Amino acid sequence: MSKAGIIRAVTFFGILALLPLGVKPQWVINLLIFTLMYSTLASSWNLIGGYAGYPSLGHAAFFGFGAYFIGIIFESSIGNGYNPFLILPLVGLCAGLISIPIGFIAMKTRKDVFAIVTITLLFMVQTLAYNLRAVTGGAQGKGVAVPPFDPANFGRPFYYVMLILLLVAMSISFYFRRSKIGLSLAAVRADEDKAHGVGIQVTAVKLIAFALSVGIASMVGGVWGYYEGFIYPQFAVDPLITIGMVLMTFLGGRATLWGPVLGAFILVPAQQYFAYEFGATQFYLLAYAAIFLIIMLVLPRGILPTLTDRIRIKAKIAVEANK
Amino acid sequence: MTSLLEVKHLTKRFGGITAVNDCSFEVQEGSITALIGPNGSGKTTAFNIITGYLKADSGSISFRGKDIAEPDPAKLYRSGLSRTFQQARIFPEISVLENLIVASGYSWKGLLGARTTNGDRKIAGEMLEEFKLSALADFYASELSYGQRKLLEFASVLMSSPKLVLLDEPTAGVNPVMIETMERHIRSRHASGVTFLIVEHDMQLVMRLCDPVIVLDHGAMIAQGTPTQVQANAQVLDAYLGS
Repeated sequence: MSKAGIIRAVTFFGILALLPLGVKPQWVINLLIFTLMYSTLASSWNLIGGYAGYPSLGHAAFFGFGAYFIGIIFESSIGNGYNPFLILPLVGLCAGLISIPIGFIAMKTRKDVFAIVTITLLFMVQTLAYNLRAVTGGAQGKGVAVPPFDPANFGRPFYYVMLILLLVAMSISFYFRRSKIGLSLAAVRADEDKAHGVGIQVTAVKLIAFALSVGIASMVGGVWGYYEGFIYPQFAVDPLITIGMVLMTFLGGRATLWGPVLGAFILVPAQQYFAYEFGATQFYLLAYAAIFLIIMLVLPRGILPTLTDRIRIKAKIAVEANK
Repeated sequence: MTSLLEVKHLTKRFGGITAVNDCSFEVQEGSITALIGPNGSGKTTAFNIITGYLKADSGSISFRGKDIAEPDPAKLYRSGLSRTFQQARIFPEISVLENLIVASGYSWKGLLGARTTNGDRKIAGEMLEEFKLSALADFYASELSYGQRKLLEFASVLMSSPKLVLLDEPTAGVNPVMIETMERHIRSRHASGVTFLIVEHDMQLVMRLCDPVIVLDHGAMIAQGTPTQVQANAQVLDAYLGS
């Protein structure tokens, strides 16, 4: 890890760790929780959608799985406290294991077909959530026991758990970049058949990326479910959640470490701002789309790759000029 | 000499078209064998079947004396059978050096390890040295010229220390100097014990480099022999020029 990289990471996580101590208003903490949530979701999506080049649109299915997992276990007991957070690794593990056969079948397809196959998964899980009433409560929703946290700092535990999950997601992302898994995935993304032909363990690296990616998404879903306190199928297994994480990754830059986080830090506050400005109408979605379109037109590969390319080209020109 | 690769009664149909038709041939160990034929004669299809990219309708393939029941590209590559593609398929978004490392056939343990270890850099560096690409090691492969890409693809599939290398039109679309460079690299690798099977349309290159020459037409082998024998074969002339 380069010195600048360490400084960047320590500063970023240091500021975020101290922030709730100084910032009191609940709405700000709430906004930060959702920003961290989407940063984590986008970072995890990036593992499969960015590095491997498999644009999954089914991640909200696993997000919902995590939410219901926590909801079902902690439905009635009062004073669960921090227990749901301690269960999260188990949630991630289960989602990761379930994802292996699903990924194995879905990744027989690629690109746009893969996107369609995975969005089908999302709607299948949503339908299950509506119809398995005995388990999920169906359209009535599923209540999760309210945690006994201090009302003045109610959001704080959720904030820190989201921050830890972001650290986990970014650590895996960093590990991918520095290991042969990342190198293999770069080859798979560019030309999977050729990658197979030079002996790369194609199926294994794809499944590793998919399992880690949806494992994290399910843990985030678990925290979200506990935070919301009530889980409805249309919000737990929501195409907008999938689209959110995809857009943020595209915006910040696919297959980069900081891109998905940058995308989330721009889009989540922007979305909240527009939602506030335009009130209860769904017009904020249009504004949201407009930002995305403008940035995609100006910086088609996302913010970070476009900027680093520009710096690279400038440096090259400077080297040439000095010759 | 023993045969390194044996293809027996290979047949492949695409709808109503028979691309490879009951085709049998052998590649002797230590040879530079050419596979020639007019466009559409089934050379690349045969390559794709041998290397596991396509499933044959019937026929059998054996490599190093062992029957390959279900050819799998990754397994074959790891067991010493490499190939290149007509269009020079490299990985554009990683560096030239990494293009070699990614093709080195690393183990499961290696997969979890560092992206480029010192050992990787040493081995890949030597290969770049041999191919005179060292100056480009840290460039993205997308920044290379077409000829350089062909060289890079050739160099990368040598990273597994193959016994047999299948080259699909190694000199198509590159300049005359690059053709000579390519020929020199094939000869030097051949001298160190690598067997080659080459699909090529540059007949001058085929005639001075390869022996034997196998000729396909409409998916079937119509002639086999030294370059002079093949050049004098009436059936071959007929296939190329029509009668």
